[in-house]
Amino acid sequence: MQELFPYLLNGVSVGGQYALIAIGYTLVYGILRLINFAHGDVFMVAGLVMVYATTAMPMYLALPLVIAATVVLGFVIERAAYKPLRTAPRMSLMISAIGVSYLIQNLAFYITGGVPQPVTTPIPWISDDILVLGASTKRVTIVTPILTIALVVLLVYLIQKTKIGMAMRAAARDFETAQLMGVKINSVISMTFVIGSFLAAVGALLYFTNYPSVAITSGAMPGLKAFVAAVFGGIGSIPGAVVGAFVIGLCEEVIKGLGYTTFSDAFTFALLIVVLCVKPTGLFGEKVTDKV
Amino acid sequence: MTRDRKKTIFLAAVLLVILAAGVAVDLALPSYHIAVKVIKKATVYALVAVSMNLLNGFTGLFSLGQAGFMLLGAVAYGVLTIPVADRLSVYQYFDGGLIQFSLPELLGGGTVGTTVGMLLALAVGGILSALVAWLIGLPVLRLRSDYLAIATLGFAEILRAFFQWNALGPITNASNLLRGYPDFQHVTSYFLLAGVLIAVIVLLINSTYGRAFKAIRDDEVAAEAMGINLAKHKRMAFIISSFFAGVGGGMLAMYNGTISSASFKSSMTYEILLIVVIGGIGSISGSVIASFLYIFSSEWLLRGLDSGSFLGINAPGLFKNGFRMAVFSVIIMLIVLFFRRGIMGDKELPDLLGRRPKRRRKEAADK
Repeated sequence: MQELFPYLLNGVSVGGQYALIAIGYTLVYGILRLINFAHGDVFMVAGLVMVYATTAMPMYLALPLVIAATVVLGFVIERAAYKPLRTAPRMSLMISAIGVSYLIQNLAFYITGGVPQPVTTPIPWISDDILVLGASTKRVTIVTPILTIALVVLLVYLIQKTKIGMAMRAAARDFETAQLMGVKINSVISMTFVIGSFLAAVGALLYFTNYPSVAITSGAMPGLKAFVAAVFGGIGSIPGAVVGAFVIGLCEEVIKGLGYTTFSDAFTFALLIVVLCVKPTGLFGEKVTDKV
Repeated sequence: MTRDRKKTIFLAAVLLVILAAGVAVDLALPSYHIAVKVIKKATVYALVAVSMNLLNGFTGLFSLGQAGFMLLGAVAYGVLTIPVADRLSVYQYFDGGLIQFSLPELLGGGTVGTTVGMLLALAVGGILSALVAWLIGLPVLRLRSDYLAIATLGFAEILRAFFQWNALGPITNASNLLRGYPDFQHVTSYFLLAGVLIAVIVLLINSTYGRAFKAIRDDEVAAEAMGINLAKHKRMAFIISSFFAGVGGGMLAMYNGTISSASFKSSMTYEILLIVVIGGIGSISGSVIASFLYIFSSEWLLRGLDSGSFLGINAPGLFKNGFRMAVFSVIIMLIVLFFRRGIMGDKELPDLLGRRPKRRRKEAADK
């Protein structure tokens, strides 16, 4: 147990970061029924912007810039790549998402020259080393779950209590009827992408502080895992995504702690397949009439 | 002459021209020439793209597991064909590995023995892929559309993890390279091999099974009502497609000269999917043409974009490493968004001959 404790600590932290990405997937899937393959790459871009911004300008300018840039990217992707395909079959939409992911990775390769960008000036305070119950770790490990929970509470409030939140729920329940009821569907979808990208940016700030460098493929794996978390928790459900993400983060780190590092990724996908076969609606998902 | 006969003659002529071109390339160019390399790679990709099209385009099962099956075929090919004498150096961390035979040598070596051994190894890779596909298909094929995609993607990642696992090292060499296995020297051999396999897929698609696949793609419920066994046909399409993906993986290994499990990532699947989309989902000739276009332009024709000068324009600042792929992916996005039917739509090459379908469509519109 004593040896596993640092891994558990890490697991909670990684879980929080996955949760922030997973919400982006679950929101978009809830409304568009689209696995936004590009979301992991948006996350990676946030990391890259962080590397560039923090070396070029003071921290109080750099952090808002990272978030703003990511949000704009998410918005532009939706408008350019998904909006023209609103009436197309779902397969086209998914292919478009894969195309966007490919495009972002190649653009990032061009800009970075294919070299992983080292995180030279990490965010101060949260990257300080601290001791938790005898285990040495960075402060970000403690900050992440707290910040995640706070943001999720805020988001749930937004969705349950505000007008735009109500519109989002309506669109997720029944796309066409919501449209007929006067919900401006395009702005609702844009809002979904803005929120998702915002959370992914926060997640990236926390995630990459812990890592030595950002490579162009850094986003793919966390992205897929976050998606699995969203499915595990019940796609379309925010609390589900968060719980799923923490479970996956913890399991993954424990598997690493037990010495099976090669299988930490494979475990996530095995979990996905088991969940899809046994309980496709996930932990908290609503029953849908069409089977997956 | 009937239209069908015209089509057959046209197709045969095209195939002959391609074969002649292959022979000409072999005679005229040394095997290290970039054209030879590019043609070989494009041929392999054509086979893999067609196998993916069989599943995604003709059966309507959106699967993203291609890279995993290719990895399986590639490793099987490498493991079965590395000469015994070289095993100690290839499996240096595993004392020469567990498997102490190689098919080409078992069959007596020489030109015939080596060739038959290589083909056998490719077939074994394909059969292994098919077996794994059967296993994976049991749970996964019950899922629909995007869930199927993500589950197959997941399985490909799991397979990759297994191949990199140290405990399997004596067989798979874990995360170290497999190398030193034989390769076909000539473009023509690649053409013949891939051509025969693609022809088998075409025959399959034109058979009753192929019609059942298409019926499933168009409307599952209607297909079931017509007496098509959904589960059986889906499983069949998945297994057959994986078989060809496995063989394609083996051929890719041949072309590359080395096999590293790490390179068979999901991005490889995406690349093949994009080729299928460019060619037209549901068109075999489209996939083949798109593979050649894709590999030719990305590996060869657009190379100048990476190295400073392109079409006589010199701009080292702009045309630096990675620009080629950036331009390329923008083009792909344009195709995905605005030319969703791709180059061929769901037509085949011989369909371009006659104009009658067009007129018929017009008549239908007039009615």
